[in-house]
Amino acid sequence: MNLLRISLRNNFMIEQLESIAQPIGTPKVRRLGQDGQVIAFALVILLLGLLAFGLVKANTGPREKGMAPDFTITGFDGRTAKLSELHGQVVIVNFWASWCPPCRDEAAYLEQTWRKYQDQGVVFIGVDWVDTNKEALAYIKEFDITYINGPDTGTRIADAYRIKGVPETFFVAKNGELRGVKIGPLQSPELDEKIEELLQEVYP
Amino acid sequence: MLADIGLFAVVIAFLLAVYATFASFYGGRKECPAWVESARNAAILVFPLLTISVVILVYLLYTLDFSIAYVADVSSQAMSPFLRVTALWGGQQGSVLFWAWMMSGFVMVVLLRNWQRNRELMPYVIAVSMLTTAFFIGLVVFITNPFARLWLVPGAQELTIAIFPPASAMPYVPKDGGGLNPLLRHFGMIGHPPTTYLGFTGFVIPFAFAIAALITRKVNDDEWIRATRRWTLVAWIFLTIGLVLGGRWAYDVLGWGGFWGWDPVENAMLMPWLTGTAFLHSVMMAEKRGMLKKWNIVLIILTYSLSLFGTFITRTGIIGSVHAFAKSAMGPVFFLFIGITFLGSMSLLFSRWHLLKSEHEVESFASREAAFLLQNMLFLAITFAVFWGTVFPMISELINGTKITVGPPYFKMVTGPLFGALVLLMSLAPFFAWRKQGVRSLMRALLVPLIGSIIISIIWGYLHRMHPNSIFALWLASFVTMAILYEFWRGIRARMATRSENPLLALVNLLRRNHRRYGGYIIHLGVMMVALGFIGEAYFKQETQGTVGVGESLAVGGYTLRFDGLRDYSGSDGREIIEASTSLFKGDQLIRVLQPRRDYFIVQEQPSTIPGVYSTPGKDVYVLLVGWGENGINNATFKIYVNPLINWVWIGALFMVFGTLIAALPSGRQEGSYALKAVELQPVPGD
Amino acid sequence: MKRKLIFIFLTQVAILFFVSIVAYAQGKIPTDDEVNTIAKKLYCPVCPNTPLDVCETKACEDWRAQIRDQLTDGWSGQQIIDYFVAQYGERVLAEPQRKGFTSLVWMLPVLAVAFGVVLVWQVLKNWRSVRQPPIDSPPPAPISPETLARIEKELQEMK
Repeated sequence: MNLLRISLRNNFMIEQLESIAQPIGTPKVRRLGQDGQVIAFALVILLLGLLAFGLVKANTGPREKGMAPDFTITGFDGRTAKLSELHGQVVIVNFWASWCPPCRDEAAYLEQTWRKYQDQGVVFIGVDWVDTNKEALAYIKEFDITYINGPDTGTRIADAYRIKGVPETFFVAKNGELRGVKIGPLQSPELDEKIEELLQEVYP
Repeated sequence: MLADIGLFAVVIAFLLAVYATFASFYGGRKECPAWVESARNAAILVFPLLTISVVILVYLLYTLDFSIAYVADVSSQAMSPFLRVTALWGGQQGSVLFWAWMMSGFVMVVLLRNWQRNRELMPYVIAVSMLTTAFFIGLVVFITNPFARLWLVPGAQELTIAIFPPASAMPYVPKDGGGLNPLLRHFGMIGHPPTTYLGFTGFVIPFAFAIAALITRKVNDDEWIRATRRWTLVAWIFLTIGLVLGGRWAYDVLGWGGFWGWDPVENAMLMPWLTGTAFLHSVMMAEKRGMLKKWNIVLIILTYSLSLFGTFITRTGIIGSVHAFAKSAMGPVFFLFIGITFLGSMSLLFSRWHLLKSEHEVESFASREAAFLLQNMLFLAITFAVFWGTVFPMISELINGTKITVGPPYFKMVTGPLFGALVLLMSLAPFFAWRKQGVRSLMRALLVPLIGSIIISIIWGYLHRMHPNSIFALWLASFVTMAILYEFWRGIRARMATRSENPLLALVNLLRRNHRRYGGYIIHLGVMMVALGFIGEAYFKQETQGTVGVGESLAVGGYTLRFDGLRDYSGSDGREIIEASTSLFKGDQLIRVLQPRRDYFIVQEQPSTIPGVYSTPGKDVYVLLVGWGENGINNATFKIYVNPLINWVWIGALFMVFGTLIAALPSGRQEGSYALKAVELQPVPGD
Repeated sequence: MKRKLIFIFLTQVAILFFVSIVAYAQGKIPTDDEVNTIAKKLYCPVCPNTPLDVCETKACEDWRAQIRDQLTDGWSGQQIIDYFVAQYGERVLAEPQRKGFTSLVWMLPVLAVAFGVVLVWQVLKNWRSVRQPPIDSPPPAPISPETLARIEKELQEMK
């Protein structure tokens, strides 16, 4: 019993002695600490930069201004179209998908407007976004769509235009500049009005 | 009128929180107790004020006051009263208020309890916690205000949502509200968000104390750790429960037969839990040995920062997820706050880095100190792996322009081995002595569990020789479980020998006298059960899908499911239900009639799949109705999952809660009495 | 002459036989499980973070139907996956590729663990290297619960 007491007290005293002698890190570890701090700061700043980028991206809408990104599209029926070759004409670029219910709401109106303006220097291009060929062709047949429609392989065109979903319609003026975007299904007479507006543009 | 009171209360709370932040900081710097006391009083008042706002908002939701935009958004006549209350946290505005409310509650309790004990730290504890609370209340007041009303400006296409009416606008009261997203109408809605938020916000307390310790340079004693030990436990257990409830909820309503999808928002919650668990263990070493001081501060800063980070990515939509809230305007402000928090805590830590000194040393790599160090490293490695996988899609898009998905295969492959190492460490570490562990005595202590687990693995391996990959995981699980149980056995046996207690009494006394150690063991047992559930999912899961006509069957995993018929009917809350009746057989024996169904909420145009589940401790048979009536024929498509061992996840979680309660019990004896402490450190000669 | 006719007849039968086998193999509808095995490795191109085999939207149903058609046509699993990647981008892959920039996602955790091991080693060495001259104390061994109980009993008796 007494031995227990003594050894307890001994150990306590030893503990106290040990804590007085402060161990200092070896020089190597100390320098590692300083370099580590710089690296840590740099990493956090990089992370914040990444988050800032993410925020900006999340809050940016589809492209609305500037030159319309160029693309080449191969239609389901084999026709091809290249946007930059269509200068001098008004181009309506419509993103759709067969599984998208609002797209169906505007499909008939789009085709109707196309037929009305096709001889007046207006081109309609339908870009099928992440869809299956089978369903896309059935959709085209259902609405008897005659303007060019093709799949957006690799979602390259959608990424270039930064679409957030479907349907979205981009208006390209005769000189190749974007004149705005319609998010959601087009309703009569929105498209007619926009086309008239773009047709009347003149350039010096 | 009521909404105005609620709004007023929030605004006052905001002003008080801002005042408390500055007053406490000023009082701390100038060492002027009067200012600090004033700040304390202001801080204590925040919680009652926010309570008024919360109660009012709940009342508005309950009584369906649709003139308030938030109520019109998340509540609806079809919803039951219970659901209307939970709609408090169903949308962005309400949930931020809820978050601020809980945080202020924690702060109030700390300020009432710890005021006398930690006088020196208090000013900065108030400053840090009130700064954070002020930020969140500020979000509520200025950006996502639940008390905003609906206004109709004549001639406008859409309604305006604002506190104050725009020019010539009239108040607008819709006839019915949108109602909660159908996926949220589940009992999980009452449990998961509150516990998750309690977990996240709870960590602000140890964080505030750590920052206060850094500011006051009192980093070398463990006062800040001792003061917050129970807070850490509380925050941790709530976060754990939140995770488990979230998983259970997903399992019940999302219809993919699993409970953890490695979705970014899920990961956002997992990361602070990982560092929080490391922190929980690491501070034990600080208390006993005065070591790992730098690690402890780093860990709590990380835990709190990851909580903020998690809620940031969930609420600002920078990472797409099925869990994300609708986007709001809080992104930039939140980003600023996170930047300040990260950079500020880091700078402070680095400026005090040289003060954090280790008090003792070890003689051997094989020692409990080394085990704690290794544990910290493993947890941090797992956290990094999860973090990297979560943010990499953003990095890829930024640098490369390509969008990629980092899915479960990555997370499982990378974190699996690390978790395995951690679990192994979990079993060995309690057997390690401080300073130096002799290998021979370790082997002696672990011989029984080792042999037992090998025997079990051999038997199991033979029974399940179809899955050779699982044998190692199963051996590990059984080894660790047996090691823990063996500790209980030895303790009980010792008490029986020295005090002639019967086994049950011995167990109870063991828990009472050494509640931290044995509570911890119970938690570890719970962890092993959860691990068992994960092993079942990883190696033994089976599934099948098929279309069958009435009377035909599908077979999977020894079970047969016979399709008996379909019926459709309307639910009371605006849903159309198509329900299939199926019979589950094992061999020839009918086990259960299961009724998986598909609900469709007409107003929201949202489908919801409810599985039919047969649960046993050994497995779940989980049946989904995937399709019906193809080609006009009376058939149905079912997807059947057989999920072995899944219920051990939920059982294990209960053990973890129970173990935490035991560990958090107040000690009968005064804590830290040196007699027992010295004994634990070194043995008595003559043993 | 007769032998030539028999020969022609047998050749035609053989051709018919082989053609029907090929047609049979192609016409065999793949089971839902076979479709799901491939769908499991893909993510829905539209919905966030949803695997293709559990996604319930019409779009995903169409894609699974496409996989079924491709399997019927005899495409291999890898061909189908490559097709999806070409059509819809790399984000449809559940498991990030191990080449190119994406390989970084796999490499960094490994590097982090290696770094961690080195760090632990350094810290442990540091702990050991600053120790005082060895104290003459008995080598620590774990205190068994029996000993603890005994000590407690003796401490009680001491009071």
